[in-house]
This record gives sequence, structure tokens and C-alpha cells, in this order.
Amino acid sequence: MLRILSIITLFLLSTLPIRAEEIVAGLSQNRVSITATFVGSEILIFGAVKRDSPPPQDVPLEVVVVVEGPSAPITVRKKDKRFGIWINTDAMELAAAPSFYAIATSDTLDNTISKLDDFRHLISVERSIHISDNPFNINDPREFTDALIRIREKSGLYKRLENSVKLAQDTLFETRIALPANLTEGDYRTRILLTRGGQVTSEYETIINVQKVGLERWIFNLAHERPLIYGLLSLVIAIAAGWGASAAFRMILRN
Amino acid sequence: MQIYLPIAEVSVNAFLLLGLGGIVGILSGMFGVGGGFLMTPLLFFIGIPPAVAVATEANQIVASSFSGVLAHLKRKTVDLRMGCVLLVGGLIGAALGVQLFNALKAIGQVDLLVKLSYVLFLGIIGSLMFVESLRAIMKSRKGGGVPKRRKHTWVHNLPFKMKFRTSGLYISVIPPILVGVLVGILAAIMGVGGGFIMVPAMIYLLGMPTKVVVGTSLFQIIFVTAFTTLLHATTNFTVDMGLAVLLLVGGVIGAQIGAQIGVRLKAEQLRVLLAVMVLAVCGKLGLDLLIQPTELFEIGAAGGH
Repeated sequence: MLRILSIITLFLLSTLPIRAEEIVAGLSQNRVSITATFVGSEILIFGAVKRDSPPPQDVPLEVVVVVEGPSAPITVRKKDKRFGIWINTDAMELAAAPSFYAIATSDTLDNTISKLDDFRHLISVERSIHISDNPFNINDPREFTDALIRIREKSGLYKRLENSVKLAQDTLFETRIALPANLTEGDYRTRILLTRGGQVTSEYETIINVQKVGLERWIFNLAHERPLIYGLLSLVIAIAAGWGASAAFRMILRN
Repeated sequence: MQIYLPIAEVSVNAFLLLGLGGIVGILSGMFGVGGGFLMTPLLFFIGIPPAVAVATEANQIVASSFSGVLAHLKRKTVDLRMGCVLLVGGLIGAALGVQLFNALKAIGQVDLLVKLSYVLFLGIIGSLMFVESLRAIMKSRKGGGVPKRRKHTWVHNLPFKMKFRTSGLYISVIPPILVGVLVGILAAIMGVGGGFIMVPAMIYLLGMPTKVVVGTSLFQIIFVTAFTTLLHATTNFTVDMGLAVLLLVGGVIGAQIGAQIGVRLKAEQLRVLLAVMVLAVCGKLGLDLLIQPTELFEIGAAGGH
């Protein structure tokens, strides 16, 4: 009993000075504008650790950077062989899954953050996927969420970038996170966490705003706000181009 | 050159889209098919979301068919009267098809039904055309131009007869309207113009001359796909103007080239080529259903089931 108490006391004491570490961070850009020639973007996330007292020497400082795109409900479907052909047999509706998710760490993820703090601070992408009560009888929901993560990792939407945060003199850190071209619009929640011995000691949060601009914005708005006019406009443009190209081609042939 | 598509929300190579549009446009001009049955799967392959691909394809078909029709009108190979009769059926069919599509969506498995109907229709029509046109080629090689004799079938014994001078037909309006309805339904469900079904139906069911069939089918397709585009734009917001413009710039030029090639080839040769293509697409789609996919799971928008 005494032993446990002393461990707890030690533990509390050891955490106290750690709280005094604070993140001062910056981003290369707070805004990502999607234009007609948008091919993705790379965000530089950098910062420093501000301290009132000298850092503890026993446990090394680690940094976790999480960039999370807006969440949306999705359906994951599974195929099975029925009557000789492969068809969708099972489906699972997920209440919310982030459209983009990148974790960058200064070491391997397991070395950087403990399982408990991973749960507490929702670090791994699994923690950000919300499974709702689903009407289908799914024996193994893990199978579906794993498939979701696998598919999105393959298309570059979910990434785990271990050992990618550069940490200098336990004070300065920086990392680069590439945003792919197929981004969803919205606010990208960006978190920076400092950990020691797998425990989160400090957290900083900011937003990267991803937005369509210019012509892209105008087309998107028109399509959603005035769909009939947009539809008619699409047809007019199509027919005009059809007629125009046809006339141009005839002229070329004649000459 | 990469370009970001505002509605599809993906970045693709502009020249790739122009090239795809051009190739499909050539086929469209040659055979009088809208090319949707080729273009829609091709767009899936380059990563365009299926819903956007289907809706935008309808818009693109309007443009490529329009320039195709202009070429055919100049050569007077469009039966406008027949086209209007088919169109009446087509619009009814498209409206019915959208209802059917939504009903199927509600009970699930709409993807499978779309694929199965592709395989079924392409398979039947492709093999019928292939066999028939091969036979016609053999005959013309042996006999050396035996004039075609039109058989009197049940089609010719129905009421409400009408004269179609351009096609040289005097038949009831019921079969063309029914063909139009069928094509309209399929157009809405499968996201295609329906030319690949209408062309053989006009040749074999209505007995129209092949040269007129192509222009007339394009004429009808314009209006049915325009209607479909509007339905998609207002209900699903999935028509991508940028994608459509890129595809149609390639497509329109391709259609003109295709129409020129079409004049030079014999009708039977055209039909053999079209049959081979229809069978190839059918085979690819069929194999996809039979072979175990590498990824058993897929991600879809919520509420799609």
C-alpha cells in the first residue's frame, strides 16, 4: 500500500514540472485555396517549446502532430460471392469518419504516446471514426473500420508519418504534411501535442481552412444554390461548344 | 497539366480528359452511339466519383451528339419524324427510369443491377449484331450486292400507321414509341445515351436503313440526355461543368472525325466493329463480377444503401 502511494506521489511530482512546458507554434499557411490548378499542398508545421524551468532529463520529449479533415457519415460495403458473382452483401454505416487524417510523430507512434493517452486525446485515426448503432447485423465492425482505414491510406487520405517530426535540442520542432489534391472543403483541425514517457504534457490547437476560390467557388455555389440554372447553363455551354467545334472543323475541312 | 474539378473534387490531367473525350467522340460519330457506355466506366478508372461520372457523361453526350447530328443533317441522314416519335417515348421512359432508379436505391443493390443490365444488354445486342453483320458481309462477298428485301412481321400489322419518308417506311408509331420508352428507362438507369440499344432496335425491329439510323439515334439522344442532365443537376448536384467541357472539347472534334470515317466504311463493317466493341465492354464488366476483387470493401456516401 505504502509502495503504491509512494509511486503515485512520485508520479504526481514527476508530472508537475512537465506541465510548465508550453507550445509556441506556427503554420506555413492557415489557409489552403483550391483553384483550378490545385494539385495538393504541403503544410509546414513548426514551433518551439517554451519553458519556465529546465526540462526533465529522465524522459525524452516527443512531439505528435495531428491534422484532421472535416468528418462525414459514410457507408462501408463488403462484397461476397453469391450465385457465382461478387456482389455487395454487407454494409455498415459509420456516423462519422474524417475525410483526411495525418499523424506525424517524432518517434514511432507507440514510443511517442501511451495507449491510454491515445484514447484520452483521440490520436489514432481509429479513435476519430465513430460507429453508430447500425441496423445491420455486423459480426465484426472492426473489419469494416479497418477496411476504411486501409482504403483511405492507399489513396493518401489517411497517413501515419512516424519519425517525421524533427526535434532539435528538445525545443524546436518542425514537420511537413502533404495535403492531397482530392481534399474536402472545411476546417482542418490541427493539433500539436508534447509527450513525455507516453504522456501528453501540453497541447496546442489551430485550424487550417481549406476552401475553393475563384471560378471553382463560383461553379460549386451555383451548382448547389441554383441547380436548375446551373443545369441549363451546362447544357447551353455543351451545345454551344458542340456547335462551335463542329463549325470550326467544317471551316478547316473547306480550306 | 493537372486541373482541379470543382464538383468531382479531384485533380486530374486535362490532356487525359481531352484524349478520352476524343476517342469516345470518334466512336460516337462513327456508330451513332453516345459513347456513354464506354466513357462512364473509363471515368471510374481515372478516379472520378461514379455519381459525378454518370451525370457529367449525360451532359457531355449532349454536346458530342449535337455536333454529330449537325454532320448528319448536312448529309440528310436524319429521319426527323422518326426521331420525334422516338423522343416522345424516350422522355416518358427517362421519367419512368428515374423513378425506378430511386425505388431500386431504396431497396439497395442498385450498383449490381446497373452492372447486370450492362452485361445482359451488351451481351445480347453485341452477339446478335456480330452474327448478323458477319453473315451480311459473307453474303455481299458471295452474291455481290443482293438487294435487301424487307420482311413483313407483326411490326407492320399494328394500327396508327405513319409515313416515314426519309427511312422509306410506312409503319405503326407504337413500336418506335415503345423502343423510345425502353431506351429512356435504360438511359436513366445505366447513365448512358442508349444509342447502343436504339441503333440495333431501329435496324432489326423497325427495319430502318443503317445510314439513317445513326443520325436519327443521335438526334433523339440529345434530348433524352439533356433531360437526364437536368434531372441529375437538380436532384444530385453531380454535373461537373469543368469535366464536361474538357470531355466535350475532345469529344466534339472526335465526333466530326468519326462521322467522316463512318461515310467511308461499309454499313456491315461498321456493325461488326460496333459489335466487337460492345462485346469487349460486356466481357470486361462480366469478368469484374466473376473474378474475386482484390479489395472486398468499398466506401460510399452515407444513405446510399
